[in-house]
Parts: sequence; structure tokens; C-alpha cells
Amino acid sequence: MNLKSTFLVAIKAIMVNKGRSFLTMLGVIIGVSSVVLLTSIGTGLQAYVTQQFEELGSNNVIVFPGDIFGEGGGFSRESQSNALLNNKLKLSDVNDIEKLREYVEFALPMNTRSDKASYRDETKTITVIGTHYQYDKFITGIEKGRFFNKTEDQSAERVVVLGWEIADKLFGKIDPIGKKIKLGTQTFKVVGVAEKQGGGFGGPSFDTYVYMPLETNFRIYDTNQIVEIMVRVRNKDQMPEAIKAIEQTMGKRLKDDEFSVFDQTEILNTINSILGVLTAGLGGIAAISLVVGGIGIMNIMLVSVTERTREIGLRKALGATPKQILFQFLIESALLSILGGLIGLLIAYLGSLALQAVFPAKVTMGAIMLAFSVSALVGVIFGVAPARKAANLSPIEALRYE
Amino acid sequence: MPRKNANIVLELQDVTKEYLIGSQKIHALNGISLKVREGDFLSVMGPSGSGKSTFLQVASILATVSSGKILINGKDTSKYDEVARAHLRNKEIGFIFQNFNLLPKTSALENVALPLVYAGIDEATRLEMAKDMLEKVGLGDRLHNTPAQLSGGQQQRVAVARALINNPAIIFADEPTGNLDSKSGKEVEKILGKLSKEGKTIIMVTHEPTIAKIATSHIEIHDGKIKHES
Repeated sequence: MNLKSTFLVAIKAIMVNKGRSFLTMLGVIIGVSSVVLLTSIGTGLQAYVTQQFEELGSNNVIVFPGDIFGEGGGFSRESQSNALLNNKLKLSDVNDIEKLREYVEFALPMNTRSDKASYRDETKTITVIGTHYQYDKFITGIEKGRFFNKTEDQSAERVVVLGWEIADKLFGKIDPIGKKIKLGTQTFKVVGVAEKQGGGFGGPSFDTYVYMPLETNFRIYDTNQIVEIMVRVRNKDQMPEAIKAIEQTMGKRLKDDEFSVFDQTEILNTINSILGVLTAGLGGIAAISLVVGGIGIMNIMLVSVTERTREIGLRKALGATPKQILFQFLIESALLSILGGLIGLLIAYLGSLALQAVFPAKVTMGAIMLAFSVSALVGVIFGVAPARKAANLSPIEALRYE
Repeated sequence: MPRKNANIVLELQDVTKEYLIGSQKIHALNGISLKVREGDFLSVMGPSGSGKSTFLQVASILATVSSGKILINGKDTSKYDEVARAHLRNKEIGFIFQNFNLLPKTSALENVALPLVYAGIDEATRLEMAKDMLEKVGLGDRLHNTPAQLSGGQQQRVAVARALINNPAIIFADEPTGNLDSKSGKEVEKILGKLSKEGKTIIMVTHEPTIAKIATSHIEIHDGKIKHES
């Protein structure tokens, strides 16, 4: 008996019991589709985050107060809040960094805080960013109006640029340019609206930001705190040298654990490694259902062997060797599981298309190959026990079986 | 018709078969010796529990002997392993069972072709041969019917076609009419008689004397031994 005949026998056995075959495959279908779909969410997030970072430009260096990466590396909430409490960044640091003309195009001090913005009866919670006019280079673009200019910046005028969502919520269909909004009791003129950026996973969305000149920010909140310095490096290739130079400059005034300097690749790597663990975790949980699906196949195949005892006996009497019977059942369970895998992939593909409407899901070839080969493997592994049982049946006992 | 000097296709030499039921040893066959020549139609009779079913299983090498030898076409099968026995059954032995043992939900054509699958014959040839054989047993118009769509007599004729498809040296029939009404039984009887006239070697286990009459030689087994031989 050749392989083709064995396959045909197996396919026939599956087709004869369509309903049961489908139910048997269901476990694998769910397993494969959830593995592929869940990992597609993880990898989609990674791709999205990477894209967002690249849009901001890959030649940015950020200086934070404190030792943000903590002792063991990675962000820690504790070290982050400590860093802000003992913030020792000063406006003069910005000037010092800007003196590194060889590497640095410009450096921007930033202050952030939460506040409420209102226009007529509408009030929204916002994140206020106080910075300089060059910040327009860090945002995706301006939808309406313009970013505040150098004059407004230097003379600390009461002008704001609204994030897209804030503009939408406060003004709706009204054109916000030239209108006045209130932050607390203070009045500000809207000069621009930033383009929609989305994002901000786990934190406030960029679209809820409101930008104003740093000096204005200092005055209305009566502070001179700087929580972050954004540095634009002239040449991407000089990043390592630029970071080193900035670290040296900062190191003259502050201790090593009083500031952190890193570029976006580092942040990106950290986020990606977190998302990578998340993806693997999600995939792993889903893989459990694949194993459960395999056990389902084994269960049904064992029942099937019992049900078809007479058939096995007959085949043996007519000349089937134990090996041929073993392969017949092994191929049947492998086919069930591969077929289930294919249906699962199809469902995952359609599911990810549907997800893409609201979420950056991305099905990767790797996930497909993995899920598919695991499902085939599951079929073979869990097919062994029933197939061996069938192969070892005595033809006489089997023929006598009622 | 059997000829005195025809080839011996099956020979049993002092065959015994014992097996255990629980802790009790059952002596199913107690030294059976027998020669079956090409073209013989042998009926095997005996009361239930006499060992005639064990005789059939052992003689058709479905089961192994406890002692003694079974020669098929002169070849000693006592040292054969399971695989060798499977190959030999596939080549030299045809089976007709009391309950037909056809694969359910499978066409008559594919049922008849089943032994050829294990003989390694390609599908087109298999189906062609099966079609010829079904025509020979008068079921040329039932090729694609499944067993459920056939009467008992028709099912047994499919089984007969299956037993013939490999052109085996010996056909073993185990109560071939036992599950049939008398009319269908007569049909199958007629076919077996015809096959015997064509020179096929048939060994038939039965407890119905009327059907045993169509055989050309007879043995009766009692307590695992041949009692009468004619």
C-alpha cells in the first residue's frame, strides 16, 4: 500500500464523519487562530510603536532627571517618581547642551503638568507642555493655524497649540484658531491645532496635549521646573558621540544618578522587549489551547479505533500489516489537525483584517509557520497512541468484536 | 472436481492450539492433520465449541498454532511473523465471513478492491479488476452501492467477489449462509458450487448439513479432533 492510498483512506474516513471530524478539529482551529491572532496583536503593537518613534525622528536624545533606568535596567515606576521629586535639571543645562555645536542642532527644555482647559461650557483634562518654538519639529504636523513662533516664545505670550482631540472636544465644528480658551483663570489664544497622532499607550494621548511657550508655562504655574530636555542631534551617525558629549556636559554639574541620557532606540528597544515578552506570553497561553485541541484529537481517535475495531480486523485479515494500520490512523489524525490548522489560519487572517479597523494587528509569516507546524506536530504526537492501539489489535479479536 | 494427484495447497501436520481464558487452559485443537488438494471443496462441521472456528483461524493463518505445522503451497508458515503472515494472507487466502464484514459507507467496488490496496496495485487497475469481479457475481449494476443499500445476499456476493479478487490459493468461508434467508442462502450456495466447479479450493465451516452437501469432501471436528472424514 503506497502513501497515496493511505492518504485517500484517511481522507475518506474524515469525510465519512464530517460532523465529528469538524468537532474534533475545533480544538485545533481555536488553538491556531488564537495563537496567530494574539501574536498578531503583539507584533502589530511593536510595528506601530516603532513607526511612531521613527516618525518623531531617530536623531533625538532625551535627558531625564534621575536614574530612570533604575538599578536593574528597565523602567521602574519607583525610580521614575523619585527622579521627578529630586529633579535637579536646570534651564542652564539646556544652554550647556546647546553649546555642543558640533553635534547638537538644538535642545528644548520641557515642562509638563496636568490641567483643565475650558471653552465656553466645555471642560477637558489636558497635559500642558511648556517648551520652545522648535518643538514643532517633534510633532507630526499642524492641521490648522501654526505652532507658536519665536517672538511669541521669547516674549512669553499667552498662546497655545491644541492637540487634535482637545480641539475636537472643546470646539467641535467651530474653527478654534484665534479663539480664547481658559486654563484655570488664565486666558489663552489658540494659534494652532496639531495633527491627529493617536497612540500614547498606557499614558495620556499626544492628542490631549496643549503646547505653550516655556516662559508662559513658568509664569502661570509659578515654577521653573524642567522635567525633560529634548535634544536634536545634527547627524544620525553621530548619535553615540553626541550622547557621550551630553553625558559629559551634564556630569560636570550633576552626579551620575541625578540624570539619564538616552536616545529613542533605547526607549524603543525597552518597549519592544516588553511587547516581545507580552507577545510570547499571549502566544504561550493560546498554545495551551492547541495542546488541549491535540488531546481532543487523541480522544476522538481512540474512540474511532474502538468503533472501527472490525474494520481494522478485516483490513488485517485481508493483508494489512501493523505498520500500514499505524500509518492509516496516524495520517488520519495528522490530516485532521493540519486541516484544523488551515481553517484556524483562515479565521485568524480574517480576524486580523477585522481587528485592523481598530487596532494595528499584524499577522507575521513566523507566527503562521509556527502555529501550523505545531498543529501538525500535535496531530502526529497525539495520533501515536490511538494508531498504536489500532496496529496492535489482533485480527481475530477485532473481527469478533461487536 | 478434486483430483487425487492434484497439488496439495494446504497441509496441517499434527496441529494443536491452546489458549487461556482467565487462568483456564483451553485445548481447542488436539492434533489435527489434514491435506487439502487444489480444487477440493471441504466442508468442516461440528457442534459449537468443537474447535471448528479455531481450525478456520489457524488454517487461514489468522492465528498461530501452538504446535505442529501448517504448509500453504508447500511453504511452512509456522516460523512466519505477523508481517509475513499478512502478506501471505493477502496473496493466497480469500475470506468469506458469516456477517459479510464489508466496510460501511464504502461502495461495493471499493470493498471488493480492498485486498488489492494491500497488494500494492494502483487504483485504476484495482477498480477495473473489482468491476470485472462484481460483474462475475452478478452485481455489475450495483458497483457504487454501499452495503446499506444492498440486500444480505447481495452483500455476501460482494464479499465473495472480494475473496476472489486476489486469485487466492484457498478460499475460507465461515458460515457463509448463516446470516441469510433461505433464498439468498441458495444464491450464495450456487455461486460457491460454481466456483468449486471452476477449480477453486474452498474450505467452508458450517453447521447446516444441507449446505455441507455441496462440498466434495467433509470432515467433522469434535473436541479439537477430526472425527469423521469422507
